[in-house]
Amino acid sequence: MMMNNYLMLSAALFVIGAVGVMIRRNVIVVMMCIELMLNAANLSFITFANYRHDMTGHAFVFMVIAVAAAEAAVGLAVVLAMFRNRETVDVDEMNSMKG
Amino acid sequence: MEMIPLPQISVGAIAPELTLVAAAMIILMLEVFTISKGRDNLAYVALAAVGVAGYLVIESLGSPMTTFSKMYVVDDFSGFIKLVCLLGAGMTILMSVKYTRDEGIDGGEYYSLLLFATTGMFFMVSGADLITIFLGLETMSISLYALAGYARGRLASNEASIKYFILGALSSAFMLYGMSMIYGAAGVTNLHEIARIIGQNKENIHLVMLGGGLVLIGFAFKISAVPFHMWTPDVYQGAPTPITAFMSAGPKAAAFAAFIRVFSDALISLQYQWWIIVWILAVLTMTVGNLIALSQENIKRMFAYSSIAHAGYILVGFTAGGKLGESAMLFYLLIYTFMNIGAFAIVAIVGQQGEERTSVSDFAGLGYRHPLLGLAMVALLFSLAGIPPTAGFWGKYYLFTAALDQGYVWLAILAALNSVIAVFYYLRVIVVMYMREEKGESLPQNAFPASIVVVILVAIYGSVLLGITPGGYLALAASSSLAH
Repeated sequence: MMMNNYLMLSAALFVIGAVGVMIRRNVIVVMMCIELMLNAANLSFITFANYRHDMTGHAFVFMVIAVAAAEAAVGLAVVLAMFRNRETVDVDEMNSMKG
Repeated sequence: MEMIPLPQISVGAIAPELTLVAAAMIILMLEVFTISKGRDNLAYVALAAVGVAGYLVIESLGSPMTTFSKMYVVDDFSGFIKLVCLLGAGMTILMSVKYTRDEGIDGGEYYSLLLFATTGMFFMVSGADLITIFLGLETMSISLYALAGYARGRLASNEASIKYFILGALSSAFMLYGMSMIYGAAGVTNLHEIARIIGQNKENIHLVMLGGGLVLIGFAFKISAVPFHMWTPDVYQGAPTPITAFMSAGPKAAAFAAFIRVFSDALISLQYQWWIIVWILAVLTMTVGNLIALSQENIKRMFAYSSIAHAGYILVGFTAGGKLGESAMLFYLLIYTFMNIGAFAIVAIVGQQGEERTSVSDFAGLGYRHPLLGLAMVALLFSLAGIPPTAGFWGKYYLFTAALDQGYVWLAILAALNSVIAVFYYLRVIVVMYMREEKGESLPQNAFPASIVVVILVAIYGSVLLGITPGGYLALAASSSLAH
């Protein structure tokens, strides 16, 4: 019963994140939404690990936290490079290539 | 008191990866002490590391082993894909020497990132556990996000990097969520164990199917299968040309390898559910890729769509599966690396500084101004189009016969029709090169340094000569497939 609640929360977070990536226009907010999705997956791992009394899920979550940090670092650097050239962080304005 | 058993660790199994990582760090250190003129030498340090890693991988062929608590597997399958990745990395490093100098982006980080990305691919193809595969995938992807935006001053490169980052991270999140469901259903992350548990116990089969579907979406993003291909054209067009070449070969091969491992090992008991999805993906990917490529004016964008189409052909082999399908896929990935990187090397030469000449019309009269370069481009385009007797033809032939062999007649017919469509846009470039009024001036003498000539010669070897005598490589691919 408890497990279902956690899984529901995780699914809700994941969907909020996915919808946010698609509808938000600010790159920084989009990155936050991606973090939300990763953490939804983490919550799901922890729930299953707790239910099964198995440590693998916990280990996986630690790996994901490290990866998410690296990803955020590179992502912010990329956004910064973009901002220096264009003075905007709006994804709708990234349209110089067409075809 | 009981002794705590130490997990079995054999460092020898990851010797190639250690070589690459060590070299990447050494390059970062050397860069600090190198004056700007000596930066080219860093490329050769990276190349040497690739060579040593290649030697170590070849040494490990034929002696499969599983180590690091069954999380890491070294077998001929991973060995073959690793060699493909190293080939891609080596050719990219060589074609980067002049490019990075011209663009003013030469630096140690460039080559370190290339080596880190290659290491990520290694962990992906050797991963026998969901954790290893995810970590390898991310190591590769994060390095590639940075590389795609490496030409910091160029807006197209910034955009390519941001688009790749957002969609890549999104696909990673999907894959991770799918992995959490597979873990929830099976209670383990080891691929063999997952296969054993969900094969016996059908209780949680819906959870596994949902998880498998999400993981499939993640992989479809990485191999740019339609409808998850949206990032490919923009990223390929905007990224620096050598990086585009790199992304189109190694990462794709690694993603396919992990795809094969997860779906034909861990999720083999769901084969009847997923083959139809892969069938549809293959047909969509080939058709959409080829049709949109027909109308492209920018040559990098055209090659982006053509690479989508090629991913579709490889998916045909994946649908067929079995020893025949898998060896055809491996063989095609090898050939595709040769011919695609070769073609991008020529695009880089013609593009010149700032990548200003990347539209198809910039190739007008190239066949007369530079007969040898024109001839090389013709050979590579023939191979990409799959015209006999080039290697591209044999690659497609084996893929399609694998599909026929398994009774996927319609799939083979659609794939063959698609390779006819593809001939149009490859031939268009040749027509422009030889029959369109000459308008541009000749390329400067220094446009052909030895490093890039070597890349083109290797590409010609792989796409033409290998087509005349494919036997040895085909046998290697056959002995490297996972299925028996």
